[in-house]
Amino acid sequence: MRRGLWIHVVFQVGALVLALLLTTLILVAVGAPPFEAYASILRGAFGSSSNLERLLISWSPLLLTSAGVLITFSAGLWNIGVEGQMVLGAIFATWMLRSLQDTGVAPGLIIALGILAGAVGGALWAGLAGALKTFGGVNEIFGGLGLNFVSTALTIYLVFGPWKRPGTGSMSGTQPFERALWLPSFPEMQLSPWALGLSILAILSVYLLLRGTHFGLRLKAVGRNMKAAFLMGVPTWQYTMFAFLLCGALAGLAGAIQVTGVYHRLLPNISNGYGFLGLLVAMLVNYQAIWAAPVAFFFASLNTGSVQLQLLYQLDSSFSGVLQSFLVLLVLLGEGARQRFLKTHWELRWTRTPS
Amino acid sequence: MPFPPFRKRLMNVDLRDIHKSFGLVRANIGINLTIPAGTIQGILGENGAGKSTLMKVLSGFIRADRGDILLDGRPVQIHSPADAIRHGLGMLHQDPLDFPPLRILDDFVLGRQGGLFPDRAAALRELRQLASQFGFAIDPEAYVDSLTVGERQQLEIVRLIWWGARVLIFDEPTTGISAAQKEKLFAALRLMAAQGKTILFVSHKLEDVEGLCHRTAVLRQGYLVGEAQPPYETSRLVEMMFGKAIEVEARNPCRGNDSTLTLKDLSVEDYRLKIRGLTLEVPSGEVIGLAGMEGSGQGLFLRSVAGLVRTVGGRIVLRGKDMTGRSYHAFKRQGAAFLPAARLEEGLATGLDLTEHFVLAEEPRGFFVNWQEGRRRAQRRIDDFNIHGKPSSRIESLSGGNQQRALLALLREPLTLLLLEHPTRGLDVESTIYIWSKLRERCRQGTSIVFVSSDLEEILQYSDRVLVFFGGKVTAPLDAGGLTSEMLGQLIGGKASPEPKPGVGA
Repeated sequence: MRRGLWIHVVFQVGALVLALLLTTLILVAVGAPPFEAYASILRGAFGSSSNLERLLISWSPLLLTSAGVLITFSAGLWNIGVEGQMVLGAIFATWMLRSLQDTGVAPGLIIALGILAGAVGGALWAGLAGALKTFGGVNEIFGGLGLNFVSTALTIYLVFGPWKRPGTGSMSGTQPFERALWLPSFPEMQLSPWALGLSILAILSVYLLLRGTHFGLRLKAVGRNMKAAFLMGVPTWQYTMFAFLLCGALAGLAGAIQVTGVYHRLLPNISNGYGFLGLLVAMLVNYQAIWAAPVAFFFASLNTGSVQLQLLYQLDSSFSGVLQSFLVLLVLLGEGARQRFLKTHWELRWTRTPS
Repeated sequence: MPFPPFRKRLMNVDLRDIHKSFGLVRANIGINLTIPAGTIQGILGENGAGKSTLMKVLSGFIRADRGDILLDGRPVQIHSPADAIRHGLGMLHQDPLDFPPLRILDDFVLGRQGGLFPDRAAALRELRQLASQFGFAIDPEAYVDSLTVGERQQLEIVRLIWWGARVLIFDEPTTGISAAQKEKLFAALRLMAAQGKTILFVSHKLEDVEGLCHRTAVLRQGYLVGEAQPPYETSRLVEMMFGKAIEVEARNPCRGNDSTLTLKDLSVEDYRLKIRGLTLEVPSGEVIGLAGMEGSGQGLFLRSVAGLVRTVGGRIVLRGKDMTGRSYHAFKRQGAAFLPAARLEEGLATGLDLTEHFVLAEEPRGFFVNWQEGRRRAQRRIDDFNIHGKPSSRIESLSGGNQQRALLALLREPLTLLLLEHPTRGLDVESTIYIWSKLRERCRQGTSIVFVSSDLEEILQYSDRVLVFFGGKVTAPLDAGGLTSEMLGQLIGGKASPEPKPGVGA
């Protein structure tokens, strides 16, 4: 097995180098000095304590969506709808905070209820995609995609309609909540220990769930072969629905944290692409939950670091997305190449040639 | 045109010193074989003997490490299956490689390169003409996934001939097809040989090889250990195959007195078939074999008794409990288990290892998996069932025979009723005997077995009673002791049957 691990590492590193090479080409093509650009990404991510803080702030929702998507991935589901599930979490949290903010309920309780409502909202939205798949035969990719559009439309309707700021609604979102309703943060900082703690707890739980429990194993069996899982006694559609609900709850949590801990209001673009980015993280780590945390951290650092690029080289900050996508594509490509390589050069030890 | 037009030239095939290894496994070792045109050459050997590897080398799926292939004395390099067909070599695989969601005609045209728009009318004409030549009934407008394995095979044969194949390689072609389809296949093979085509017939079934092949080469553990010509001496072939003589367990019914399964006036149907008013009583420990052409209703019946297909009338009573209309999981809790024929499609989960399978198969205890215990149990079952693999081996890395053993090893203890679809399809004699010895062990513990098989010998050898299905009609349960394969063959074909009628239980 030692040699197999070695080959694995070689291919992964190769993919990484290739991704860097391709992005370098793009940087050269648009006339930005590549090495300085990379340096500025690093500076943007780790250069100062406030940069590092921003990094951690964007790490936590990404951890949550990645954790959720790992569950649906294990069950063999492409939960593209995770983005919308995060949005619904934000909407539900906002709704809870709005309805309780003038009632005299203790602020701490309101925040807790808001976060809980977010999880419920995300789970419901995911449950809808799950029900469409299980009972309606709608592929979860199409169902999720459709529901994503609906969730965006719903946010815009709320921001410009019933929940608009006094006067006219604007893209900058609803009226910010009072400070008392903000998720408590570290002193002098915007980073909330609650958000960070919750997301780390979430990824650890998902890791344990998938690796060590009967639930996780059965989920995996459903994902690998639904018919076989059913014959082995696993209630398959229930597990599919469970996976959706859990993933939705985690995505909804991420949305609720964006509302209570980061923006303190509902924005049209509240999910900020963290759902899709979570899908990329999960694809990159190939079901291995343990790698999700560092990979999500890396992606978050690219995200926050590339904000600098706009200021320095008039490069849009979505450049980090280009780098991330290249990375995912090439790592998947590398994995395919590795398997081909193993197949031709190194048959599995127990493989007897079928007669 | 990339494929040469149909030529009436004959082709001799020469394999010289073929070597092929996969890592440590030496699949072919110095194989020399000369096959003159117009012969049916049998390639006999047990699972893992290297038959498929040799054929894949010849048909361009894999490259030999060393050695030459000569066609009509001319050395050729075959780099791919497309290359092989250009040379006139075509292979029919164990599992037909076609495109289930397509119409037959489209499937037929596919892969033939010739302009952007295939000439469907001409293709249709030629398809019909070739099919009728071999006596195949192929409806060009039907969808491929509505075909049985046997019919898909016929389609594949016609396609290869249409592509101009002069050497046809058949890898275990009698696996999974009915007796009647087998007869048709053999007739077609003889016709092709008479037309001067060279046929390579790969099989582990002695009777097939003995009944068909003009010459036979036997492979064992990668070596070509001997060749034989008719009249064949079965015992010598067996000895060449296994390096020793093999003994079959004697028949020995272990029928008990308790009732396991009672069917009262059972009716089941799908879009093609109706089974009406079947009544049957299965005592504990009895083995019931279900015979019939594929798609005659035996599969539907088996799945309905497992709770996988909803019945439309009558009652199913399992160990005293009325299970009519209940789900498979309810049947499972009542002690029934169903093993599908499609191992990797329905029975096992690729990507998971043996330990994970064994943990999954048990009722979960607690929230967390005890992996250590799971691995220990997996190792025990691996030893018990003689599976070539480790607890950490992924299921898809095992050979077919070992996958089947794993599937059996996954069954819980004790079981009341075991429902099996083609329990030994595609397995060699040794594995078949082993698997049935394990199944008979279950019977001695009181488990009743109902199994479907297209292998008449298997039905006669291992059942206590036999039900024969023909177009949804079911014979009365027949005592297997009083049956011969000829009688069974006629019943399966719907001929000379004593008036097919609803079965009446013993």
